[in-house]
Amino acid sequence: MNAIPKNLKYSKSHEWIRQDEDVITVGITDHAQCMLGELVYVELPEPESSLELGQECAVVESVKAAADVYCPISGEVVEINEAILENPQLVNDDPYGKGWLFRIRPFENDFKQLLNAEQYTKQVASEAH
Amino acid sequence: MSQLIFELSQHGRVAKAQQPRPSSQKLTLPAHLLRQDEPNLPEVSELQAVRHYTNLSRRNFSIDTQFYPLGSCTMKYNPRGVHKLAMLEGFLHHHPLSLDMNSQGFMACAYELQEMLKTVTGMKGVSLTPMAGAQGEFAGVAMIRAYHESRGDTARDEILVPDAAHGTNPASAVQCGYKVREIPTGPDGNVDIEALRAAVGPNTAGIMLTNPSTLGVFEQKIQEIAAIIHKAGGLLYYDGANLNAILGKVRPGDMGFNVMHINLHKTFATPHGGGGPGGGPVAACERLAPFLPTPIVIKNENHYRWSTEKDFPHTIGRLSAFMGNAGIILRAYMYARLLGPEGMQRVAEFATLNANYLLARLKKAGFTPAYPTRRASHEFIITLKTEAKELNISALDVAKRLLDYSVHAPTMYFPLLVPECLLIEPTETETKEVLDHFAEILIKILQEAKENPDLLHNAPYSLPVRRLDEVKAARELDLTFTKNTGPDTA
Amino acid sequence: MPFIPHTEKDVKDMLATIGVARVDDLFNEIPDNLRKANINDVMPSLNEMELSRLMHERANQDGGMKCFIGAGAYEHHIPAAVWEVATRGEFMTAYTPYQAEASQGTLQLLYEYQTMMASLMALDVSNASLYDGASALAEAILMAARSNKKKTRQRILLPLSVHPHYRETVKAIVTQQGIDIVEIPFDVKKGCVTKEILEKYSHDDVTALVIPQPNFFGVLEDVDLLTEWAHQHQGLVIAVVNPMSMSLLKPPGKWGQNGADIACGEGQPLGVPLASGGPYYGFLCCKKDYVRQLPGRIVGRTVDAEGKQGFVLTLQAREQHIRRAKATSNICTNQGLLVTASTIYMSLMGPKGLRQVAVNSHQNLNLLKSKFSALKNVEILFGDFHEMVLRLPKSVDEVLAQLAQQKIQAGFALTKHYPELGECLLVCVTETKNEADLDLFVNQLSLALEKNSEKKSKEVLNVATYF
Repeated sequence: MNAIPKNLKYSKSHEWIRQDEDVITVGITDHAQCMLGELVYVELPEPESSLELGQECAVVESVKAAADVYCPISGEVVEINEAILENPQLVNDDPYGKGWLFRIRPFENDFKQLLNAEQYTKQVASEAH
Repeated sequence: MSQLIFELSQHGRVAKAQQPRPSSQKLTLPAHLLRQDEPNLPEVSELQAVRHYTNLSRRNFSIDTQFYPLGSCTMKYNPRGVHKLAMLEGFLHHHPLSLDMNSQGFMACAYELQEMLKTVTGMKGVSLTPMAGAQGEFAGVAMIRAYHESRGDTARDEILVPDAAHGTNPASAVQCGYKVREIPTGPDGNVDIEALRAAVGPNTAGIMLTNPSTLGVFEQKIQEIAAIIHKAGGLLYYDGANLNAILGKVRPGDMGFNVMHINLHKTFATPHGGGGPGGGPVAACERLAPFLPTPIVIKNENHYRWSTEKDFPHTIGRLSAFMGNAGIILRAYMYARLLGPEGMQRVAEFATLNANYLLARLKKAGFTPAYPTRRASHEFIITLKTEAKELNISALDVAKRLLDYSVHAPTMYFPLLVPECLLIEPTETETKEVLDHFAEILIKILQEAKENPDLLHNAPYSLPVRRLDEVKAARELDLTFTKNTGPDTA
Repeated sequence: MPFIPHTEKDVKDMLATIGVARVDDLFNEIPDNLRKANINDVMPSLNEMELSRLMHERANQDGGMKCFIGAGAYEHHIPAAVWEVATRGEFMTAYTPYQAEASQGTLQLLYEYQTMMASLMALDVSNASLYDGASALAEAILMAARSNKKKTRQRILLPLSVHPHYRETVKAIVTQQGIDIVEIPFDVKKGCVTKEILEKYSHDDVTALVIPQPNFFGVLEDVDLLTEWAHQHQGLVIAVVNPMSMSLLKPPGKWGQNGADIACGEGQPLGVPLASGGPYYGFLCCKKDYVRQLPGRIVGRTVDAEGKQGFVLTLQAREQHIRRAKATSNICTNQGLLVTASTIYMSLMGPKGLRQVAVNSHQNLNLLKSKFSALKNVEILFGDFHEMVLRLPKSVDEVLAQLAQQKIQAGFALTKHYPELGECLLVCVTETKNEADLDLFVNQLSLALEKNSEKKSKEVLNVATYF
């Protein structure tokens, strides 16, 4: 069973979101990294670019699969995780910590469409069937 | 350990007999446009080169040496006679821009192949120029787009593709500037007709279908699908990857398709060459034929000539510098001549017989077909979902273990919608004995899995290398050899 | 039936195992009205002996010509060992090397090829090949467009000194994706692009500039100057080059201060016969910054479970079979067999042999040029490597037809693609011709030009058969 921390929010497309004051941090869930297998490449959005909700904004790639990361909330990219560009394994090893992808400053505080840990756990379970 | 050719190189060594004679004349080219250093090419003797590459060839599986039940790839025997005749001096030394009067021999073959392909596909026009299936797909979709545009019908921006389709289908549609919408497959392996109805609309440019599909079953509702698409003003593209299943039996044109490609390297037995060359002629119905890529061979009485802009003013254009993979066209032509109409029908019949026989044998041995209620076409899928769970093995493990028994692995993990699947296509050129042997090996591997799953996890054992680290290959890209940075090859 | 090994007993036993009575029953899921294909128009079956006779006749129809046509396909001597080894069944009848453990021969060869080609271009990486030179240029342009995303409009500058068929191919392939192709003229006196011409485009947004070397006319472009200009205008540089010539000429990676970004072209001159135009192969190399935009197969070196060296297809997640609609390209073949031949060819020639082929080709062209310069009615316009442009005082098509009757293919008529040049002929010579060949060609051309009327030239032809 993959970890799904209670303090985070989730999207249906397997991104996690953490809110720290006016900036949110985005990553992919433990479940997502596990499904993909060992990552070999990560592509991140341009710093200072504006992202729309649902926009394809990053790519995570293993040797057998490549997945798009969809932006879970509209906002401006304020920081990207340079470390994972060099070492994509960090996403596998520590998806909720050192393996974060990027940080954005949301245009508005609209988190309605996001799931809580319980809801996301249910979704993962339903996909297994 | 196989050394690289560069590791055999010694500075100053040459293959003397192959070198041009040096001359004493001076170069008259400007110095600033000349190369200053030597490229990193090996300096070896003729024997060293011949031995090195001959030995490399022995580290390959091939049809000439192994059974290749590779689904969706039609790895049938490639006739030697055909190859030898395509290598005749008159063909090999023939320049592509020769005058028509000096090209009648080749053009006669190309023209006759065009005509035969029209007959077997039920189409009205053929262009031989696409150099592979994917280029044929590109051509076909570009023709669909050109057709709609020629009618001022520019709102159509979407191509429908079943979720079981080859990856090239959506990729080709996108290369032609289209959006792709996936259509789900029903539990019986047919396209989900209700989902299709819901997806079709005024922005539908067309649909791309393989029939029999990549699931190894014939799409029974094809005529209904054609009616739905045509009624909406869309067109049907036939992915000819599985044409071997119906060659001479069923014609895509009769099913309602408007444009298609043919993989000469599959259905017409031209060699795969370790990944190419291929050949992807495109065939089209009357409405779409004016848009075919050029050049095309035209016959006037007893004289052949290449088409000009005047013959095809609406062509989507040229897809290669000359006229496609001419040598492949010649081989396919000769293969068609060796078969004749009866031989072609036998291709579909015996490809289907072999597939259904092998499926029946494997079913009896306890393997699970992905579509147990369906008749197999020229290929079929078994799913190892249960074995994977119970024995902790994967389709990959079985595939790798097969290599130890000197059988090429079937296509794995495609189509994506069947878990732990092996897509098996024996082709018509294999004997019953080979099929029996293959079934026995699979049964044996399953037994091995029950006794010692690790035997499979670590396979293969008998090949030049064990399982390779693909993660390392992708993370630490090593794409060219440099003497200083190469790993320790001791 | 040809290539079907089944005995009657086999068929009977197999049908029994399946549980059907007849082979036709296996098609019972196909609607009846579709199972009536009439293919009787397919030509009747021949056996191998009959086919051999037919094909010998047809090959003889096309053979026996002395070829002075280049224009993108070049006759070079191909050592016997090249195709003897390349057409071994283990290379020729193998599939794409997806099963790496069962394909180490092809994979290692491709890795060696990538090394040779990248080095010949003086760039970091090479893919395992594309279909041909023209489609490789189209892929290079698509790659440049993906790599230069910041541009608001994707605009490619494509000189008219690039092969006209390449330009047609590029237009057919890339304009489907909304990329603008701007064709830029060349200096008709020099036969190449000049700085003055480029300056007219300096206010445009430039995604990439295509630089041919040598160009279609056999003229050497001033590659350093053109490269610098493109880079100053934030455009990428796409080199389209003859790989044979790169053993002698400055390779793309050394052009200007930073080198060309992408190099592509036709691999045919490296060990592939003319063969009516294919199969050939396209090559595509680039700086390592762009490797993820490189379409097609790429082989990487890695280790196996025991730490032993081995080779695999890598960066596959960019490709259509995984990435589907989001792939860098729809391509799924390389021209493996041709690359096999080319790699063996380059190994046999080595760096010195390859350079010698280029040098001899160039010197033969110079020799032919000096012989033509003695003919007062032939004007030599330009061309230094492999080919040159001749202007004739009469119809090029007529001259070509006349020389063809003497079994000489005099060159490629430029009148259709370059009417502004007048009655011009593109003539090619490589290392394969000796001085007697050149003299024969010059004499025959001279005779064809002397006589103007149709009737007289026929008389000449009669005389000429005694040569």
